[in-house]
Amino acid sequence: MSTTVDVAPAPHTTPEVIAHPSRVGAAVLSGGLTAALGVAGISLGIAGLFHKVASVHIGWLVPLVGVQLNLDPLGGLFVTVTGAVAVPVGVYLVGYARHEHLPRLSLAVLPLFVAAMLLVPMAGSVTTFLLAWELMALASLALVLTHHRRAEVRTAGGLYAVLTQLGFAAILTGLLVASASSGADTFAGLAAHLDRMSPGTRSVVFVLTVIGFGSKAGLLPLHAWLPRAHPEAPSPVSALMSAAMVNAGIYGIVRFDAQLLGPGPRWWGLALMVVGGASAMYGVLQASVATDLKRLLAYSTTENMGLIVLALGAASLLSSVGARDLAAIALTAALLHVVGHAAFKSLAFLCAGAVLAFTGLRDLDQMGGLARRMPTTTVLFGIAALGACGLPLGAGFVSEWLLVQALIHAPRGGDSTLALAMPLAVGAVALTTGLGVAAMVKAFGLGFLARPRSEGAAKAREATPSMVIGMTLAASVCAVLAVAPVAVGPALRHVLDTLSGIAVPNTPRLGVMLRLPGAGSMSPALLAAALAVAVLAVIALAQWGARHRPEPATVPLWACGADTLTPRMQYTATSFAEPLQRVFDDVLRPDTDVEISHYAESRYLVEKVAYRAQFTDAIEERLYRPVVRGVLAWAGWVRRAHSGSVHLYLAYGALGLLFVLVAAR
Amino acid sequence: MTAGGVFAAALQGVGVAAGAPFVVGGMRQVRARLEGRAGGGIGQPWRDLRKLLRKQVVTPNGTTVVFAFAPAVIAGSALLIAVAAPLFATGSPLDSSIDLFAVVGLLFIGTVALGLAGLDTGTAFGGMGASRGLTVAALVEPTIMLAVFALSIPAGSTNLAAIVSTTQHHPGQVVSPAGLLAFVALSIVIIAETGRLPVDNPSTHLELTMIHEAMVLEYAGPRLALVEWASGMRLTVLLSLLANLFLPWGIGGDHPGVAGVLVGAAALVIKVAILSTVLAAGEVFMAKLRLFRVPELLAGSFLLGLLAVTASYFFVPALGGST
Repeated sequence: MSTTVDVAPAPHTTPEVIAHPSRVGAAVLSGGLTAALGVAGISLGIAGLFHKVASVHIGWLVPLVGVQLNLDPLGGLFVTVTGAVAVPVGVYLVGYARHEHLPRLSLAVLPLFVAAMLLVPMAGSVTTFLLAWELMALASLALVLTHHRRAEVRTAGGLYAVLTQLGFAAILTGLLVASASSGADTFAGLAAHLDRMSPGTRSVVFVLTVIGFGSKAGLLPLHAWLPRAHPEAPSPVSALMSAAMVNAGIYGIVRFDAQLLGPGPRWWGLALMVVGGASAMYGVLQASVATDLKRLLAYSTTENMGLIVLALGAASLLSSVGARDLAAIALTAALLHVVGHAAFKSLAFLCAGAVLAFTGLRDLDQMGGLARRMPTTTVLFGIAALGACGLPLGAGFVSEWLLVQALIHAPRGGDSTLALAMPLAVGAVALTTGLGVAAMVKAFGLGFLARPRSEGAAKAREATPSMVIGMTLAASVCAVLAVAPVAVGPALRHVLDTLSGIAVPNTPRLGVMLRLPGAGSMSPALLAAALAVAVLAVIALAQWGARHRPEPATVPLWACGADTLTPRMQYTATSFAEPLQRVFDDVLRPDTDVEISHYAESRYLVEKVAYRAQFTDAIEERLYRPVVRGVLAWAGWVRRAHSGSVHLYLAYGALGLLFVLVAAR
Repeated sequence: MTAGGVFAAALQGVGVAAGAPFVVGGMRQVRARLEGRAGGGIGQPWRDLRKLLRKQVVTPNGTTVVFAFAPAVIAGSALLIAVAAPLFATGSPLDSSIDLFAVVGLLFIGTVALGLAGLDTGTAFGGMGASRGLTVAALVEPTIMLAVFALSIPAGSTNLAAIVSTTQHHPGQVVSPAGLLAFVALSIVIIAETGRLPVDNPSTHLELTMIHEAMVLEYAGPRLALVEWASGMRLTVLLSLLANLFLPWGIGGDHPGVAGVLVGAAALVIKVAILSTVLAAGEVFMAKLRLFRVPELLAGSFLLGLLAVTASYFFVPALGGST
């Protein structure tokens, strides 16, 4: 029986690159610069979180308005997170660039990309913000197109360019409307002159900015670039994009829609919850059937950003009904999840990069058995996967716990909007957690355990020391967040102080024991310790009767008595996800095909069975295609006016000029 | 943390650890008698465990530490839930650190450990069991969470002890719409989670229908003993929780004396005995569902759980919670 599974683009095989001395030098320079920028970002961010940092105005840099840089605790948190992602990536890059060819342009743009990401949360005026935003978008586009000789990379790059620029246009329009109607360019001015904006204008700005920032955060329906661009970019770039750049979208929503324009009317919160909940569920569903490791991680980013936006929406909704203490819990959940997601997702992408560099594989169907060949990478990916599935002992557990607490303790009675929104949100979070576990078990179990399913996996080697150091840095942050979220407690409290429009300053204390007044308590550290004690106790109990036992033995697999088990008989990622694919058939709409060819002699004997499953993004198919078709039809119609006659063009010009003159009078 | 609470927690751990094989044995015996067989007796699982623990530790070629330690993780997580949950009394010292969300997480950790062990063997059956087990778990755990959240809303806390004592003081809540919906949803998912009919047949070794058995096919000796013991403990703990969440009579309070704890233990033994007998008797009259009909059953119970949470938002009982 032959199984042809054509789910992901064929893995690109990487010829062993003999590192040229000058290329090593360039990699060390680029990695060092990236890590240094990261360290600078962390120290600046921490300064911004805990102290008052003087604002900087550079008048000559940009005509008319100049560049305005401010650093408040909210910006400080995102600067710190970006810096903390950049440090491990920079260290990792040194080893990575020796094995995977990275052109000089990419190596040069990488630190620039980090600098732009650090600038975005520091911007203190609309102009500066937009400049930094566009710099970040262009730098990331250049990095996505690193391996532009491959067709998939060019398609992904094109899609990313279009969606990111559409998002930028929405943000630009929204912020210009806000700036024009309040008559201020700086954020401080915007906040001071908020009363000059009518509620209608504010809602227009809200919708435009949520669309724009949502496209950057990978939220539905503008998420389609994420599962394409992240897998095609080099892995250190994927880590930066998926762990740090998407946060810029969250930052924008918090800064503009929660802090400067907010608190808004109730439907703002509801809209954010709907977008966030839909993104979370759709993302996790796609992740649970994805077989390309990096594509799976990219969809998991959509899922996690969805959860964060759901939490932000819940905070806004709760604050609009007066439950400001619960709004503080929801906001804490959102911010903590930003930090946690940055930690485990950067680690996951770095591990995926190590696998890609040393096996040439991205397709889970071809992997397997890496635990024996790459033990360190396996352990580190396990830490990342545990964080991503939101189980206890993982970096994502505490924030999901806080989110659920905020949702289920919403004030009851009277308000039917709240009574409908909150249970549905709890259901969405619960289902997301459940499916997230299945997705991550698939990524870890199929990719790293069992036996190699291909030549590449069988010949894997452990990652180089600098890559391991980079990954270990990220893993240690994951471990701290998993058992001691108390470490980020003070920072989050300072951030919440700047969001006093929504949440009360009396924020949840992230101590060793998380105790929420009137909601419940939990202690991640005690839970981890108790579980360790329980497992040790069980191991000790299992020693009962040990003296009667013969010596332990290592024997061949029993496998129901079969004597020749080949690796091809194992379950693959596609077969693992098949039950889920069946259950959610209506949402995923997979394109599956079973081809059975018979022997010529008898049609009762099967010669070959070929199974093909192709997962296209259902939203892309049904939303983007009609839009693209519409645009093309319109363009075809407009083209009729372009006949090539110069006389006609002169007439258009003259008519246009006359029209402008009349309008300007 | 009181001495009584510590005593209750310790006794819970010992009681569940020692009692779980008897629960499994009792259910097998009920089935055997109803099917007209003599049965192996209620102590047979214990005798099996003793036999397995004296056998050689066998490690299949090519498996990793995941395979070796998964049984300890699943048994450890089950034991931890037994110690932390309000079974004999509500005063467990761990109750404030391990709330409902953490309990569901611990259950899930056990499932994940077993699924990874199944994948680690690299056999077709291991993968099949892991795939099916995780699919069922991905739908079951959210439902458990929703159902018990519906109960936690009146209590104003997600800590199990608070939920149980609220129900104890306001028994009328159980018959509220939210309570009834949550009860049905929780019963269905407990059947699925513990691998009973009609979701999985605990006594099957028929290749195409296995879920739990397929994952543990490569285990033997002491490790198999741990896996069997752990699945018995999970069944016992979940049945006990079901009993105490909806019918908490007899359970000791936050500061229980020795007598209170013993009364609570006796009450729980009776409750679990009744529940497991009913469950086993029901299984006799039931056929296993086709595997791909199982998600429909689970989706139904998820919906019931969602309705339960919604109902508890809409119908605020007059007696209220802590507020």
